[in-house]
Amino acid sequence: MLDKLRSNGPTLTSERPALSEPKLSLMGTRALLLEAPGAFELGQQKRIWSLADETARWADVEETVLGVTNLLVVFSTPPRDLEATKAALLDAWHRLPEKAVSGRVIEIPVVYGGELGSDLAAMCAYSGLAAEEIIAIHSAGEYTVCAIGSSPGFGYLHGLDPRIFMPRKMVPSLRMLKGTVTIGGMQAGISVSTGPNGWNAIGWAATPMFDLTRSPPTLLAPGDQIRFLVERIEL
Amino acid sequence: MQTFPFVVHFLADTDLALTGADAAATLDEHALPPWWSATARRGQTLTLRPPASGARAYLGLGGGIDVPLILGSRSTHLRSEFGGFGGRSLEQGDVLRTLARETAVAAWRSGGLGVVPPAFALPARDPGTNDKVVRVRVLRAGEYDLFSDDMHETFWTTDWKITHQSDRGGYRLSGPALKLAAPVEMRSYGLVAGIVQVPPSGEPIIQLSDANTAGGYPKMATVIEADLWRLGQARLGSFIRFEEVSYEAAVDAMAPIAAYLGRIRRTADLYRSL
Repeated sequence: MLDKLRSNGPTLTSERPALSEPKLSLMGTRALLLEAPGAFELGQQKRIWSLADETARWADVEETVLGVTNLLVVFSTPPRDLEATKAALLDAWHRLPEKAVSGRVIEIPVVYGGELGSDLAAMCAYSGLAAEEIIAIHSAGEYTVCAIGSSPGFGYLHGLDPRIFMPRKMVPSLRMLKGTVTIGGMQAGISVSTGPNGWNAIGWAATPMFDLTRSPPTLLAPGDQIRFLVERIEL
Repeated sequence: MQTFPFVVHFLADTDLALTGADAAATLDEHALPPWWSATARRGQTLTLRPPASGARAYLGLGGGIDVPLILGSRSTHLRSEFGGFGGRSLEQGDVLRTLARETAVAAWRSGGLGVVPPAFALPARDPGTNDKVVRVRVLRAGEYDLFSDDMHETFWTTDWKITHQSDRGGYRLSGPALKLAAPVEMRSYGLVAGIVQVPPSGEPIIQLSDANTAGGYPKMATVIEADLWRLGQARLGSFIRFEEVSYEAAVDAMAPIAAYLGRIRRTADLYRSL
């Protein structure tokens, strides 16, 4: 039966099709990046969370860095058998179930538009939507924190409506204010420190994302649900 | 330190160690060799001058600098304005305290103790070439194959200038633009120091010690660990040339550094036991 199906075309095989395999790439001699295949889906992120938990327990792993549907695994010394290490990562990826995280629900009031949402006009031009529509779509979304990183307390958010996808900027803003509500491709976020930033600014939130007097100092954690509330619109 | 002259007046007897670029240091009128440790007496003044080569000098103080431990570290995150000395760079007039120091080694009492600087101890990387060009070895990174053969050729054969928009966070390089046939919008990923990314402008960035922990630009290559210190000492306005190595060669390149550090540790242990 199987043989017959195989002979009829590329349908059922015991091997996974190449497209469903994660991409593995070296970052120097001591780090491997595993990128989940396919679209930006929460299920893939949940598998990345599982993989991070698992690999963090491996004896030769110094550190793992969660990314957006990817995981950077940093080893204490360069893997002697690189192919075996890659195979172990792939095996763990295929073996592990999605990690269930019951995050908190965090509401973040946003002042949309104005000086601190200076890329809204470019987004209107790119998407063909009116500013009011972009704001309505952004604030209606339910977002999940995929990973914390880049700067202390920054949360990479899943859940952006594809209608307001916006590529990162050709020329980064040199001094984007802390608290700026941003879109980078299909990712959403709230910037946590003032400085250069290549994401698109659509508004501003006063909610402190990082506070050293708190424990933990980060407001957000992977798995948390974020809702943006319209505090005010300045157009 | 990367701003010179840098002058320290000692208010108490303090053990010190100098590394990094040779900043023609003096303790009062006495010249200190580079990569040297000594004890400064109360009232003495240490002066570091603009180095003839290299970009950064380091001063270690016996016991360590007494600033609060934040998230397990006494280092400074300038962009977030926390850690270290009030989350900022040092300014003229600042007074630093040291933590309780260990018993000093006898050799320090008699004029000091030093090690051979790595620029002499380790095999040279750029024999016979322009000393304005630092050659660093790299491994290909994730998006290398997305660039065309022409772009690869440009990447490997250009002397990339380190622009003045460069710091401990990263170097912005200037040179011909490296363009993708079709732009890619990547999901953000964790990164390591030494990664060479290509932002939409096409001029590469090398992320360094104070870089963000994650980013989303296509990554062309990663400078190997063994050459990161050379990169860190490259001066603004000088040039970088990338040279491809195999994974095995990149791993092997750490052996001379490990041997060098091993010799220093053994020698230091010997002096401590005297």
